[in-house]
Amino acid sequence: MVTPIAARDDVLRILDGVMDPEVPVLSVRELGIVRDVIVDDAGAVTVVVTPTYSGCPAIRVIEEDIVAALTNGGIPNARIRTTYAPAWTSDWIPAEAREKLRAAGIAPPESAESGALVQLVRERAAVECPWCGSRDTEVRSEFGSTACKSLCVCRACLQPFELFKSI
Amino acid sequence: MSEASVVPAPPSRPNVLFEYLLRCGDDRLVLGHRLSEWCGHGPILEEDIALANISLDLLGHSTMFLRLAGEVEGKGRDEDALAYFREAVEFRNCQMVELPVGDFGFTMTRQFLFDAYDIVLLDALSSSTHAELAAIATKALKEARYHIRHSGEWMLKLGDGTEESHRRTQRALDELWRFTPELFTADAIDMELHAAGVAPDLPALRPAWESIVRDVADRATLTIPHAAPRAASTRDGRSGAHTEALGHMLAEMQIVARSHPGASW
Ligand SMILES: [Zn+2]
Repeated sequence: MVTPIAARDDVLRILDGVMDPEVPVLSVRELGIVRDVIVDDAGAVTVVVTPTYSGCPAIRVIEEDIVAALTNGGIPNARIRTTYAPAWTSDWIPAEAREKLRAAGIAPPESAESGALVQLVRERAAVECPWCGSRDTEVRSEFGSTACKSLCVCRACLQPFELFKSI
Repeated sequence: MSEASVVPAPPSRPNVLFEYLLRCGDDRLVLGHRLSEWCGHGPILEEDIALANISLDLLGHSTMFLRLAGEVEGKGRDEDALAYFREAVEFRNCQMVELPVGDFGFTMTRQFLFDAYDIVLLDALSSSTHAELAAIATKALKEARYHIRHSGEWMLKLGDGTEESHRRTQRALDELWRFTPELFTADAIDMELHAAGVAPDLPALRPAWESIVRDVADRATLTIPHAAPRAASTRDGRSGAHTEALGHMLAEMQIVARSHPGASW
């Protein structure tokens, strides 16, 4: 019996259900980790991924989750290929996904910086509180619970919140 | 989508690029390990987390450089083999990154001097003719930008802080300054790769680095020491000459991998 060749769309649909382990409100596609899916003539599936932050220890878990989800979806033996170009940027996170972040109490990333090579914390604009919308906020620490988030606090509603780092 | 697949003309001696990639990888591996020594010892919780995060980023950058180094070498060594199974004399990091962590002022001053070097180097490397090297640099530069934001901010706080924080930070700057020429001294490897468009003209990066350092130092009320004279024949970390500190650090860093080769967890 011949195993039917998986359609690329089927693979993409399954990947929509693979959530990022550290930001579980977003899928690996919404985050832009999945760059491409290649199904060759023989039916071999290759998922091309790019890491978000270099220090993110979750990338191996993400790769295993992708392979496991595809196996469960009837597409065994998928291969993962890593690419670094183009470099991942938080600008790839689409508008709907940004709303999901906000709803989870995580301020979505600002536009990735391009200007001066050195910009100190005190020279940056304040971010918007995901709870009350105020910009009367401060970054308590650029480094938070995971590589992708900073710790902030809102002076208007007094709530702490996380900020998805922009790179 | 496009992927890094352009293969540049190989340098005339095949080990030149390998040596260069070791320098890049080892700087970040050694400094990343030094930063990790603060884990659980940071002055405040946020800073503990910050140093661990920056450490992880640097190890991530090191992994990319060393993996490529192993591929270029073509002897089947991966990034782990290069990190855990080389002796101190085979390491190509600059000496500044291997010095013990010292106090928080020393750690942060070293970090700031390196971060400034990191951004000017990565910015230049991101237009390398070697596509994979350019891709790694482009990626790492994004993170190096928030590293210097962090260390630069601390320089202002510490230098323009209390009398004690100023004294310690100035002392660190005075101690570290003599290690900075090594960052910008080009040898035959740098020159050959620069001629091939693979790596930047190293001495030409120093003015950009120094302007970043001076700008922050001035605002932090710190005084840049007068440059120490440096003998041209001095052997440095790039050729495998290291301070005693590196051997001790590697003994700790490598012991688990060497005691249990091939172990996984
Ligand atoms: Zn608020």
